[in-house]
This record gives sequence, C-alpha cells and structure tokens, in this order.
Amino acid sequence: MSTWTQVREITLMNLRSVPERLGPSLVIVVGIAGVVGVLVALLSMSAGLQQTLGSGGRTDQAVVTRGGSNGELSSFLAIGSMTLVKQDPAIARGEDGVPLASGEIIVITEVPRPGQRTGANVTLRGLPPVGLRLREEFRVTAGRMFRPGVQELIVGEGAARQFAGLEVGRTLRFRGSTWTVVGHFAGGGIYDSELWSDVGTVQGAWRRPSVSSVLAQLRTPAELPTMTARLKADPQLDVEAATQLDFYQGQSGNLTATIGVLAGIVALIMAFGAAFGALNTMYSAVSARTREIGTLRALGFGAAPVVASVMAEALLLSFAGGALGALLAYLAFNGYAVSTLGGGFTQIAFEFAVTPALVGLGLGLAVLIGFIGGLAPALRAARIPVTSALRD
Amino acid sequence: MKYLGLVLSGLTRKKLRTTLTFLSLVAAFTLLGLLQAVNSLFSGATDFLGVNRLITQASTSFTQPLPMRMMPQIESVPGVRAVSHSQFFGGQYGDGRSFFPQFAVNPQRLRETYPEWVMPEDAWRQFISTRDGAIAGRLLAEQNGWQVGDIIPLNSFIWTRADGSRLWEWRLVGIFDGANDEWQKRTSLMYLHFGQFDEGRPPIARGLAGVFVVQVENPRESERIASAIDAKFANSSDETRTQSEQEFQLGFLRQLGDIGLIVNLITGAVFFSILFLTGVAMSQAVRERIPELAVLKCLGFRDRQVMGLVLAESFVLCLLGALAGMGLATLVMQGLPPEFPISADGFVWAVAGASVLLLTLLVGLPPALTAQRLKIVDALAGRAGDSALELAFRRAIEWPLAAWRWALGRPPRDAEA
Repeated sequence: MSTWTQVREITLMNLRSVPERLGPSLVIVVGIAGVVGVLVALLSMSAGLQQTLGSGGRTDQAVVTRGGSNGELSSFLAIGSMTLVKQDPAIARGEDGVPLASGEIIVITEVPRPGQRTGANVTLRGLPPVGLRLREEFRVTAGRMFRPGVQELIVGEGAARQFAGLEVGRTLRFRGSTWTVVGHFAGGGIYDSELWSDVGTVQGAWRRPSVSSVLAQLRTPAELPTMTARLKADPQLDVEAATQLDFYQGQSGNLTATIGVLAGIVALIMAFGAAFGALNTMYSAVSARTREIGTLRALGFGAAPVVASVMAEALLLSFAGGALGALLAYLAFNGYAVSTLGGGFTQIAFEFAVTPALVGLGLGLAVLIGFIGGLAPALRAARIPVTSALRD
Repeated sequence: MKYLGLVLSGLTRKKLRTTLTFLSLVAAFTLLGLLQAVNSLFSGATDFLGVNRLITQASTSFTQPLPMRMMPQIESVPGVRAVSHSQFFGGQYGDGRSFFPQFAVNPQRLRETYPEWVMPEDAWRQFISTRDGAIAGRLLAEQNGWQVGDIIPLNSFIWTRADGSRLWEWRLVGIFDGANDEWQKRTSLMYLHFGQFDEGRPPIARGLAGVFVVQVENPRESERIASAIDAKFANSSDETRTQSEQEFQLGFLRQLGDIGLIVNLITGAVFFSILFLTGVAMSQAVRERIPELAVLKCLGFRDRQVMGLVLAESFVLCLLGALAGMGLATLVMQGLPPEFPISADGFVWAVAGASVLLLTLLVGLPPALTAQRLKIVDALAGRAGDSALELAFRRAIEWPLAAWRWALGRPPRDAEA
C-alpha cells in the first residue's frame, strides 16, 4: 500500500470510529464552537459599527466645523462665518448659482429607551432643503417630510427602532413646546440614528443664532486641501475642514478601536482555554486508542499515516466546531440592533453584521486551534514503540 | 483533611491532563474576572453617592446649559438646603491624551453641597477669593505632578473666550481629598472658579450656569422636591428634569447601551465552553480509574466517601484554576491604563466564588454519582462506566449517529439498535 492509501484508510477508519468516542469528540466541537461563536459575535459588533460609520461618508463632500472643536456638538459657527464659508470657490454651485452647501445645527435631545426612565442622547439636526439634496441616500420611508416653520420632525429608521415613542404621529416635548413626528427616513450611516427638522425651526426653539457645521459639495475632491488652506488663512474665520468620510470616522475611531481591543483580548484568552481543552481531548483520544494504533503499526502502517489520521480527525472536529460556532453567532446576532454612545456624545444605532470575512476568520481560528491541539498528541501516537503499545 | 493526600494523588495520576484542564480553567476564570469587573463598573458603581443630592438638568439634554436666573427659584423650594451649579468645561491638558473632567463652579456653593471633598480651610478661602483659581483632586494632581501655585493651561473644545481664543489659564490654589476611601478613589477631577469662566466667555454665553446640584434637608422628601422644581419651570423654554445624583450618573453609563448584556452573554458562553471541557475531562478521569475506585470500596470506603473524594478532586481543581485565573485578571487590570478604571471588587470575587461552586457541582457530580453507584464486582470486571446521564445523552443523539454512519457508507449495526 502506498503512503497515501494508508493515510486514507486510517483516516476513514478513524472518522468512522468517532461516534464510539462521542463524548470526547463533542468536547472539541462544542469547546471550539464556543470560542468561535464569541469571537464572531464580538467582531460582528465592530463590523456592524464600521459599516454604519463608513456607509454614510463621502469623499467629495466636506464638513466644516469651528477650529479646535472635537465634533459637531461643540462646534459653533456664527451666521456670518457660515456665509463666508459657503462662498468658497471650491464649493460646487447648483443651476441657480447658489452654493451647494448646507449650514446645519446640532442639538442633543433625550429620548427614552424602552422600559427605562433615563433617556438616551439623540442628535436633533436642523437642516435646510439643500442639506437634503446633498444626501443622496435620503428618502422618506413612512409618513411625510417636515415643513419649515412648524415644529415637526422626521426620525431616522435606526433611532425609531431603538428608542421609544418615535412612531409617526407621536409628539415629543422639547424646550417648552410640542414637536410632532411626521415621518421616518433612511439617511444612510449615522444619519439613521438622528432626528431631522428644519434648521430655522431648531435655531428658533433653542435660541441659537448659529450653525454647528457646514456640509459642502466640493467641485472635485482634490480641491479640499486648497479650500482648507484658504479658510485657515482667512482672518475672519476660525474653522477646520475634512471630508465627510474622514470626519465621521474620526468621530468614532476611539469607539471602534476599543471594541476591537476588547474582542481581541477576549478571543485570545478564550482561544488559549480552548486549545488546552482540545489538547486534553486529543491526548485522551490517542491514549484510549494506544493498542489500536500499536496493532496498526504492527500490521505495517507507517508513522506518517498515523500522524496524518490523528491530525485529520482533530482538524475535522475543530472545523465542525468552528462552523457550528459561526452558525450560532449568525443566527443569534446577525442583524441584532443595538445602540451605543458614539463620538459626538450621542447614540449611534447599528446592527451586528456577521460578514463572510468574519466567518472565514472564525473557521481559520478553529482550524488553528485544532492544528495546535492535534499536533502533539499525533506525534506522540506515532512515537510509541509498537511493543509497549500492544502491551498496554 | 486526612483524605487530602488521596485527592492530590488522584489529581497527579495523569499530570498532563490535570495541567491542561487547569490551564483551560485559568483562561476561563481570567476572562470571567475581567468581564465581571467591567460589569460591576456598569451596575453598582454609584451606590456610594449621597442620597440627599438632586441634579436639575434641562429636560431636553444635560448638555443644554440652564440659565443662572433659575437658582433663586430653586432655592426657594421648601426643603432645599443648598444649591450649587456646575458647568462641564471640556478642557484638554497638554497633548489631550490624558482626559479628565473639569467643572466650572461657585466655590462657596460647591463646599456646601459636597462636604465629601476635604481641603484645608485656607485652601478653600483661596479658592473662593481667586477669580482664576482651580482646585484639583489628589489623584489627578499626583498623576500630573502639580503643586499648589502652578498655572494650568486648558484648551476647551467647547468654550471660546470673548477674543476667540480657546486657551484658559487656571491657577491651582488647592488639592482636595475624599472624605473616605470611596471618594478618595474619585479624586481625579478638577473644579474651576466660575468667576473667570463667566467673565471670559463671549457676552452671548454669559450667565449660563450648567446643571444645578440641589442638596435637600431630608432625603425622604427628594421625590416631592424634584417634582416641585420641575413644576416651577414647566412650559417655559427651559424645562427641567430633576433626579437623584445616582440616577443622573447611571444615566451616563446607560448611554453606553447594551454593554452589560453583551458582557453577560460572553461570560455565559465562556462558562458553558469551559464547563464542557472540564466536565468531560473529569468524567474521563473517573472512568479510567473505575477499578481503582472499586479497590477503595473493597478496602471499606463507603459509597458516600468515594463520591466525596471525586467531588473534592474537581473542587480542588476548580478552586486552584479560579485562584490563578483571578490573580491573573487582577494583574492584567493593574496593568491597564487609567482610562479603564476596572478592578476586582467584592462583587467580582463573589461571582467567581459562586462559579467555582457551580462548576464543581456540574462537572463533579455526574462522575461522583457514577463512583457512588459503582458495584464492586462489575467495576473490577471493567463493566461499569457510563452514568445514567451519559446513557440518556447517548440515546438522545442516536439519530445523528445513524446519519453519520450512513454518510460514511456503513449500515447501522443491529446490535446497537
């Protein structure tokens, strides 16, 4: 028999006998399923967050905020500054010759979470009609658009899911007056977690004659550096500019990094635990079959096929465990909607996303654990002298 | 105690297996310790806060500052002992990497509402009379090497000065301590004199107080006072929401969302995986030793004693693993940067202790029962082994086994049916 035939025969024989060693084999499968499930679930959280943060951002639009502010919330631009910024030649103009730039105001409102007394911070964004045009993904999904001058607002779909009392037709109390939810909208990315209303209405209600940021359509993305330099050089202004993508990713970079580190630490420790468990099980599996292996060796099977068969078993079981774990994580968590505190001190609603890349990573980890856990016992199995193995 | 040797020799019978089980237990308990420490930060961190303080904030959001003119109206509510105000300053010190909170306050009123902050009398006087004065908590001052008299530049990302600059300089006039250990741990914040803060702001922002801290005479009247304050400002453009300081702080943490739930889910998954790994290792260890256990019984050990021996073995293993894991977790937590203020408090140790007991029972009891029920004759002949639980388990999964055999091209054996 050639070595390959030997490998195939012993491996098949091994796999057929897995049911006889059900307990130990299940341990490997379940143990690794636990590790991979936790890893995939954690990483799907940060993948979902990243999808949300990345999808709304564009590189051909710029966000202009007050210099030194760490977000839209702490940025204030007087109306005069806003008008100056909008006139920058790098900003594209519409057919009517008016700059495609939207001065927007951000305020934080508290909206109750279901079943809790304390509220969650939710962004209320007041924006002019041009702001809606600049967001190409924007569409009203339920109800209707807000009207300027009346205290009406529309609610992003993520916010409507996560928080209580934001259905169409409900009212909210802000600043001593009643606001009506007249519609829901899809805005893409972080905008889905916000409430939107007319800029003038919000400025009036909060008595803030200023805007928080200017979102501007650039003629070409390459003009951003010259525009930034021009704005910085203007003694009347104290502003910063960044592409929309960079701005929102910078806002939440810390959050994604923290979640990434957390997932990494948890996965590492769990992987150690599971690797020891797999080692343990494979050792017992090998030692239970010492006599069997001895018999095979006495019949003339080589050491390599024995190693290969033990490894094949370990890899197959751990792969099965990995697949099971990824499947469980997918069933339990894919699309699971949560919200947490984002960069601007307001809530970001997002969904866990179990992506194919994460499943691949989980399976890779499973196979790695199986390889490490199987190698030492496999080598030991091959090294036992035939005589002592048979006597056992 | 006299059986300790027997338990230890049982554990050292297969050193490799014991070591590996031990190591996976260590990994599990390290994770358990770390995650529960995070969890305890979210659940019980505000228990120590005074019950006689309320926070009045703008009902839309606490980031919306309330005007100073509301203070006398709040003070006039019966049952209110003292009122102070506090505005989050949002300053960055140095490169901004070590963030700490600062609040602009009225020093005299701070002293009345927060008796938990302790400072020498003349330092308080200095703070009250220095318009650009600031005081820092002991931990914060030590961390940055500040001395009284230092000028501390803070770059506020919220508040600009009237001339447009964002750089505010504060003179450190005192370093305060906490009244007890709980408060001492929290001395990593800074208070700024409201005088320079208000004068420096552009005219449009002057006169904004932030949130109000209301000290009540009798904590049992808190509910009534809170609703009385909120009623005073109902339907105004500055509607308020008044809640206890604990609620207010919890509200901050709850903003982080469903983290507690996620942490508990992970802990559950970890626990389950480890339960499985150690459980099977333990029952394997018992199955291999069935003849030896039979010998023990021959020698006159009672059923219950044999069961106790097996249980004790799994207990010792779990306990050692838990101690090592929690020790490791404590080490890791001490090595963390100060932005992650987690530590293994009593709650975490209690969870770990409960986990040891639970794990011992779940892992040790099935093999221990097997050992107890063992008939000497069967055991010496090598016939016994599977506990009732394992048999039931086997039956439950017979059908996938049949599928497995079919997939590998072997018909099911009649003998097993």
